[in-house]
Amino acid sequence: MSELLRMSVAEAATRIRAVELSREEYFDAWRDAAAGDELNAYLWRAEDRAVESDGALEGIPVAVKDLFCTEGVETTAGSRILEGHRPLYTATAVRKLTEAGAEVLGKTNMDEFAMGSSNENSAYGEVLNPWDRTRVPGGSSGGSAAAVAGGLAPCAIGTDTGGSIRQPAALCGIVGLKPTYGAISRYGMIAFASSLDQCGPLTRDVTDAALLLAAMQGRDRCDSTSVGIEGGIELPGREDLEGLRFAVPTELAGDAVEPGVRGVFEATLKRIEGLGGEIAEVALPHAEHGISAYYVIAPAEASSNLARYDGVRYGMRAEADGDVVEMYESTRAAGFGDEVKRRIMLGAYALSSGYYEAYHGRAQKVRTKIAEDFAAAFGGFDFVVTPTSPSVAFGLGEKTDDPLAMYMNDFFTVPMSLAGIPAISIPAGLAEPEGGGPQLPVGFQIAAPAFAEQKLLDAAYALEQAIGFDAKPGERADG
Amino acid sequence: MAGELSGILGHVDRIGELELDEVAPTSHVVALENVLRADEPRPSWSRGAVLEQAPDPVEGAFRVPSPRAES
Repeated sequence: MSELLRMSVAEAATRIRAVELSREEYFDAWRDAAAGDELNAYLWRAEDRAVESDGALEGIPVAVKDLFCTEGVETTAGSRILEGHRPLYTATAVRKLTEAGAEVLGKTNMDEFAMGSSNENSAYGEVLNPWDRTRVPGGSSGGSAAAVAGGLAPCAIGTDTGGSIRQPAALCGIVGLKPTYGAISRYGMIAFASSLDQCGPLTRDVTDAALLLAAMQGRDRCDSTSVGIEGGIELPGREDLEGLRFAVPTELAGDAVEPGVRGVFEATLKRIEGLGGEIAEVALPHAEHGISAYYVIAPAEASSNLARYDGVRYGMRAEADGDVVEMYESTRAAGFGDEVKRRIMLGAYALSSGYYEAYHGRAQKVRTKIAEDFAAAFGGFDFVVTPTSPSVAFGLGEKTDDPLAMYMNDFFTVPMSLAGIPAISIPAGLAEPEGGGPQLPVGFQIAAPAFAEQKLLDAAYALEQAIGFDAKPGERADG
Repeated sequence: MAGELSGILGHVDRIGELELDEVAPTSHVVALENVLRADEPRPSWSRGAVLEQAPDPVEGAFRVPSPRAES
């Protein structure tokens, strides 16, 4: 990898603004790198630069998850039903990046409609993990994570509904941030579960994540649930963790965690103490019910959101012999993949008369209890920390026959989504998978109170410096 | 798929054991109050641009099969 490609986004942006590096040269280098995609990370790649505006991200190419609408550029959300769809408008998050001078480098592969934790649910083929191509990159923002980790993009954006930024970031050894719900506009993000979906950056370091968040956050008249982050975001610079209290949830420290992941997690806790931070256990008694609540609420919202795909106004239509209802049915049968169908059925069932109270009603109450657990924890602590994922990257096909086992990947990330609070995953080390094999990245998750992104990024930065994670795919002694 | 869905619902059923009678449901996590804005017309996309996306546009409209197919 050339010196140009190794440079962090923050450094490249500084050099471009100082006219020490040309936008053309930098873009061309990344366009050529992206063209070497052997991971199926991209669904579309830009041929040329398209942006002239200058700003904090001047000349920075960004890989954009295919869930974001981009005017005139095919946007499929990883689904057959949107094949060939060219939106009439660009998502606010993407527009704000380009207004700050960034270039859309390409659109990245993903689990269909962001439903999945392995990127195996894409209608356009699975994405390979750059650390080990027989393993998954995580999901649903798997293409974005693989592109950044695999040296195919300097940075990327994705979306996180129950862990879809943090888990692939962890499995690919990069930084992934899910901001507070409402920090970034959802306008132009193809909806999965509207009360949970949030956009965020996937980057090589915490500073780059802060840079992208700073550009994207803010209130948007096109999304009435967006509020932005008061005071904005500055680049992190904190060097210690003195005076900060980190909570380890007792309930989430169960047997579900692989020994290698546990080892890296415990070593990271020691590093926090070494930086002056305090560690203590905290009770989050309802967090273990997060998966249950999430897999009612998210499918329920999805079953409503996905009703718009009817083969009438945009996207594909499967012709049928009969009436309009038969046309809807054949379009959806041909256009949606199995996981999407599974979730539409689950969601429709959970909302149906007679089952609503037992499922959706109770799940919404569990959501309240989980949010209250976090609020109580933040009464005495600055952060809650967990492993991001119970395991390192698992093998392709390993969990495709068991949806529940796949859902358990989200065990540590779903509670924060339900509570709407920000959480970041940073690479904390390498560990051997259970069952043996070369070492793979392990993510460390830090969660903070709503809209405390600055404090979260500052702490993550300090910890990142202490960890000094510099392993790269294909550059390991054993690889 | 029936077996898979039953497995998922079996897991979800665990929340049935929790004591939740006095708990208020959460549908939205950010405390926002609904407000109304002035209803002022703004420019929008042209009919032609919108119809270009449609699988079967005809005479400025979306064509669909009849609601009641001839048998």
